[in-house]
Amino acid sequence: MKHMSKLALAALMSTTMLTGAALAESHVPEGVTLADDQTFTYRQLDEFSSLDPQIVEDVDGSDVVRDLFEGLMNQDADGNLVPGVATGYEASEDKKTYTFTLRENAKWSNGDPVTANDFVYAWRRAADPETASPYQWFMELMSLENASEIVAGEADPETLGVTAIDDYTLEVKLTAPLPYFPQMTTHSTTFPSPQSVIEEHGSEWTKPENIVSNGAYVLEEHLPGERSVRVRNEMYWDNENTIIDRVVALVINDENVALTRYLAGELDRTDIPAGQYPSLSEEYPDEAVSFPRLCNYYYTFNVSDSGPEAFKDVNVRKALAMAVDRNIIVEKVMQGGQPPAYTFTPAAVAGFEPPTLPWTEMSQAERDQMAKDLLAEAGYGPDNPLEFEMVYNTSEAHEKVAVALSQLWKQKLGVQATLANMEWKVFLEERGNQNFEMARGAWCGDYNEASTFLDLLDSQSGYNDGKYSNERVDELLEQAKTSDDTSPLYTEVEEILYEEMPVIPIYHYAGVYMLDSDLGGWPVDNVEQNWYSKDLYKIAE
Amino acid sequence: MVSYIIRRLLIAIPTILILIIASFFLIQYAPGGPFTSERPLPPAVLANLEARYGLDQPLWKQLWDYLTNIVLHFDFGPSFKFKDRDVNDIIAQGFPISLTYGSLSFIAATVVGVGLGVAAAIRHNSWIDYAAVSMGIGAQALPNFIMGPILILVFTLWLGWLPGGGWNGGQWQYLIMPVIALSTSYMGNIARLTRSSMLEVLNSNFIRTARAKGLPTRTVIWRHAMKPTLLPVVSYLGPVFVYVLTGSVFVDLYFSTGGLGAAYVGSALTRDYAVLLGVTILYGTLTVFVNLITDLAYAWFDPKIRY
Repeated sequence: MKHMSKLALAALMSTTMLTGAALAESHVPEGVTLADDQTFTYRQLDEFSSLDPQIVEDVDGSDVVRDLFEGLMNQDADGNLVPGVATGYEASEDKKTYTFTLRENAKWSNGDPVTANDFVYAWRRAADPETASPYQWFMELMSLENASEIVAGEADPETLGVTAIDDYTLEVKLTAPLPYFPQMTTHSTTFPSPQSVIEEHGSEWTKPENIVSNGAYVLEEHLPGERSVRVRNEMYWDNENTIIDRVVALVINDENVALTRYLAGELDRTDIPAGQYPSLSEEYPDEAVSFPRLCNYYYTFNVSDSGPEAFKDVNVRKALAMAVDRNIIVEKVMQGGQPPAYTFTPAAVAGFEPPTLPWTEMSQAERDQMAKDLLAEAGYGPDNPLEFEMVYNTSEAHEKVAVALSQLWKQKLGVQATLANMEWKVFLEERGNQNFEMARGAWCGDYNEASTFLDLLDSQSGYNDGKYSNERVDELLEQAKTSDDTSPLYTEVEEILYEEMPVIPIYHYAGVYMLDSDLGGWPVDNVEQNWYSKDLYKIAE
Repeated sequence: MVSYIIRRLLIAIPTILILIIASFFLIQYAPGGPFTSERPLPPAVLANLEARYGLDQPLWKQLWDYLTNIVLHFDFGPSFKFKDRDVNDIIAQGFPISLTYGSLSFIAATVVGVGLGVAAAIRHNSWIDYAAVSMGIGAQALPNFIMGPILILVFTLWLGWLPGGGWNGGQWQYLIMPVIALSTSYMGNIARLTRSSMLEVLNSNFIRTARAKGLPTRTVIWRHAMKPTLLPVVSYLGPVFVYVLTGSVFVDLYFSTGGLGAAYVGSALTRDYAVLLGVTILYGTLTVFVNLITDLAYAWFDPKIRY
């Protein structure tokens, strides 16, 4: 049997060499002629924090790490799970044990085989306090056995609930039945890492001259603050089907400069600055794209003891939420195809059906009327105007939204909202310590499931800056962790949030890019935007 | 002279030490820390990170460890943000880049600025003077954060002559725009200073004497007027030299040069204490030395000054 597959592989390889890119068209639509130069160049906002899969914490870094390393599972263009290093997995009856089967032809870029031990090493390393990874908590989020104890320094990293049964079988033991556990293995923290290389080079191991990786690409060059270049990994098990030869990430901090360089033909992908989408999509209809993302944008009331008395009245909270004309915000301010938000959870989240709430059925005029009534009921009016301060972190886009909100409230309700902006770290500190009345918030999902958003409003959550607390919400979220049908639970949570309005959902994010029409395969339907250069291709002009 | 230099160098040591200590405490005083983030870390994780970087120690101990590591190992510590690199790495990579385009901008600003100023003063109230003065004021009115995007628009998008950014080991095509963007406003200042200083010098008695004795204009300007003219310019150039290196954050951000300016400002925003301190010390030391060199240069330009 083994002999057979080797023969088949040899045959496959010779055909590939004969016909060039012709065979590598598994993800290229028919009739597309590939360009000779398969280089993909894109804009990166900032220098990445690290290329160590267990340590990296920013989006730019994760994008690179996802190309350099491959985890158990990958995502396809729609965000569905597809095999990575693992060919598949089995869950036990109680969903507390998962067994992954690894492919035998997966190799590191130095030719060594990728084995289950590489995953065991990496996961222990991620949880180990010695590594000091800012993503240690991800091991706890995965509910791996003993993860919390290891992070707290109370147990040895070797006791982590992950075992190599043999070289190609990985067994994972969880403390809670997580139906979405396999989804989490597409996250960079769970990618394998090369023990011998890390032990030899220490923190220098991710330098281009030292790094050994198991993904479709290897790091060729890294010039911090300028660019990084990754090239095809000849050892990658699916190298024949990889089309892009070279990926160049240019660090361009200013989005307007990046757009100019895109228009000059230096980039295949860049972000569209706020407000420029309408004009660009008119001028370049094939290149300007907008699609929903897994992020929300909201303002939170401080309902804790330190918050203003007015916000303890649900009528006030609801009045302010009702009076926000979301169409003005998304169509006149953001102008990037963002969906207006009437639920905390974005509609784009897998398996989440936004419930029909009273205000989704109303016209804005009806909402405005209701807002006036509610505020009058709470005792505020022309003689006794509601006054408060709203804070946001310094940024042009946030300021525009804040100005629009305060104007809407002033015009419709006669409310006096004072604007205050703060530098990012100061803002986080003040918001985290409840030193605010109303504050901007935004959240991007860690995984494609509603709980990644709704958990923010759990009274125990460290991210619940407004200190909202509702026992029923906590109870429903607890149930959702182990339930097979979470949809009714999340619907009820959203219904309670509508009734109590601890936060004002404003809009849900959209990815707004310029994508060169020569670039094929960009996963616009992957709401998490987990993209893999190996699935892209350049089309001949 | 030698004893003067030695004395100045000895004073530099406590100066830099005070700079380190003051910066160290000022940074700590700023709200938020290196690990403050939108997703507050669980207490156990935060404790692990703080232990790893020694931030769980009392402040005086942190300062002491920091100073001893510098003195004994010349080690400026790890970066809290860029976890694969340490401060020495970051400076070794970014400083040569900043130094290259900074020095070139400095030379360009000085040569062109002095040239314009001298030309304007010699042909006082002629069209050359007006042209030079308008150019000087125009250049001064264009700060580098305006120049950057305009240059990219013109030379990259419209004309297609130059790459829109990057460094590429300092290849000349990549140097042109950063140098123009950084040097223009200084060029304007230098031209203005030189012109007014030269006008004053040309009206002084010793120049009249030189002219009366029948020396050709060229000799009068170069041998007699130039040195006193440059005296006020030199005192301006000292800080400018340090400033083109530190003030280069816009160049780094707009032209993706990978220089130290962006890393410096970034470290302040992310509270990357060690990087911020390391670069502050570098720039502080540089300022002290450039000031010393400027003071020594005075003696050459003005025979009345003796150390």
